[in-house]
Amino acid sequence: MMGWLQTIQRRTPLGWLQLSRERSRLLVALSGIAFADVLMFMQLGFQNALYDSNTKMSRALDADIILVSPQARNTQNLSTFSRRRLYQAQDIAGVKSAEPFYSNVITWKHPDTQKETSIQVIAFNPDRPALNLPEVNQQLNELKLPDQVLFDRKSRGNYQTALTKIDQGQVVATEVERRTVTISGAFALGASFGSDGILIASDQTFLHFFPKRDAASASLGLIHVKPGYDAKQVATELDAYLPNDVRVLTHQEYIQFEESFWKSESPIGFIFGMGTGMAFVVGVVIVYQVLSTDVNSHLKEYATFKAMGYRNQYLLAIVFEEALILAFLGFIPGFVLPIGLYQLAAKATALPIYMTTVRAIAVLILTVIMCMISGAIATRKLQSADPADMF
Amino acid sequence: MSPVISIHNLNHFFGQGQLRKQVLFDVNLEINAGEIVIMTGPSGSGKTTLLTLVGGLRSAQSGHLQVLGQELCGAGAGELTLARRHNGYIFQAHNLHNSLTALQNVKMGLELHNHLSVADMQTQAAAMLEHVGLGNRLHYYPDDLSGGQKQRVAIARALVSRPKIVLADEPTAALDSKSGRDVVTLMQTLAKEQGCTILLVTHDNRILDIADRIVTMEDGKLTGNSVLAAA
Ligand SMILES: Nc1ncnc2c1ncn2[C@@H]1O[C@H](COP(=O)(O)OP(=O)(O)O)[C@@H](O)[C@H]1O
Ligand SMILES: [Mg+2]
Repeated sequence: MMGWLQTIQRRTPLGWLQLSRERSRLLVALSGIAFADVLMFMQLGFQNALYDSNTKMSRALDADIILVSPQARNTQNLSTFSRRRLYQAQDIAGVKSAEPFYSNVITWKHPDTQKETSIQVIAFNPDRPALNLPEVNQQLNELKLPDQVLFDRKSRGNYQTALTKIDQGQVVATEVERRTVTISGAFALGASFGSDGILIASDQTFLHFFPKRDAASASLGLIHVKPGYDAKQVATELDAYLPNDVRVLTHQEYIQFEESFWKSESPIGFIFGMGTGMAFVVGVVIVYQVLSTDVNSHLKEYATFKAMGYRNQYLLAIVFEEALILAFLGFIPGFVLPIGLYQLAAKATALPIYMTTVRAIAVLILTVIMCMISGAIATRKLQSADPADMF
Repeated sequence: MSPVISIHNLNHFFGQGQLRKQVLFDVNLEINAGEIVIMTGPSGSGKTTLLTLVGGLRSAQSGHLQVLGQELCGAGAGELTLARRHNGYIFQAHNLHNSLTALQNVKMGLELHNHLSVADMQTQAAAMLEHVGLGNRLHYYPDDLSGGQKQRVAIARALVSRPKIVLADEPTAALDSKSGRDVVTLMQTLAKEQGCTILLVTHDNRILDIADRIVTMEDGKLTGNSVLAAA
């Protein structure tokens, strides 16, 4: 170990000296790496934002444990299970409350244009807040009146006129399944892949919308555990206690369940994975070009070093030193630029897109691998540094 | 005194099969420690080939080639690399590294020798440059030095590690006659101080007087082998 450190300390930092003497070459390499990094950050950022936006509803649920039908696929296709399971759940010691939650997709008339579009309706007992959204919880009293709903102001589509009226406190009425409903307020959640927007209703209103559906079948069961009990522990007990026609998940597991649905069933992962891969390849090609040009232009010097008795490893180390320096230097602009671009993109697309530490570390590692691959290919040129041709 | 370089019946071939061509024929040569030997001869006669064999830059194929007591004929690549560390090379072109200052270039000649600390390498490299008259050019890059100055840096790089043998292939070919003369005189002085052996290939008749002995290569055979009277 000491020997190693000493060797490194004694060694002339040739890679760095070569790079810093060739300013324009260095600049090309760094812009190439920064470009590849920006692309990777944008692709991964969008991918994450899309997963986030699809699990927003699940994240907003106010519960420690969630019961769901084994047939459920995602928030828009939850299927149902018997409400009896919720009563049974209360038999378990740690369970404080178990409330039903309803969700379904419905056709309604756009309040401005009267055109029919589909929208997701979620519902629960307004006496028992089911969402961690203060904006919604302040308006729960409105829902207690029949056929009153709250509307997602971040829904996809142009609802400008209706939203202006709602904000001015005017009554906006429209039709859902030939029933007249009143939009009494708004909240912000945002569109996702599965739905263009969300309406929140009381459980009673919901059952009016879907007369064929009976109150005894719930889409989700929202369970709170008593203080001092561990959600994971209680979930295991519930799972053992309840029959197989219902799945027991902790809130975190439920979010992961929905995320993994979108990861496997939507093209998001493939599209953005491919985009990231292409950026990586572009980076490898650019860095390879720079490094091989650099090796080529120093072949005579390298052959001289070999003639002096330097081993081939010494020359390999120069190339890899350059690759590492490029990776770390190129990562700096490659990391800073996306922070600004994320803000622009977030404004333009209404998607929750922002920098995360995990992603920054991942891209840094990818950058190092990218430069190492380029370096490894570039070292093949070193073979032509033959000291016998020096005299 | 045992010879530093001892060559017996050395043959060398280039190419394979039909294209195989012999360039060295039964070469015999012994060089003693501290001798300065100049090799002359027409272009294409095999001088450079012999020099690369002695220097371990090429592997010798047949015959005997002993350098500092080590047989290089049939030596492996690793042995050759280590053998090269005993020699100082001076090329026709200076072959300095453009991204390194004069001082850093000379330091490269020391880095291979593990017993020196960073500070020692620094002082020795600077002292060597001082010695070749470039004490005021330590931090100049090769691009900012004249041809003669660059060749002097190259000599400093070759001699800084006090090699037993110095091999030089037409070191003055790229220089005007004045700086060519200066460079060779410098080599001679330094070699005498350090007690090293020099094998120098040249076409330049004006510098023959520095030699203890002149050998002539013709069509791959060593012919003339004249000892000069000590000056
Ligand atoms: N790498 C090589 N491959 C094939 N032939 C070579 C090679 N190097 C030199 N030769 C040939 O060997 C002969 C001697 O070359 P060289 O030793 O360079 O001569 P000198 O240095 O005396 O001018 C020449 O005919 C040259 O063409
Ligand atoms: Mg020659």
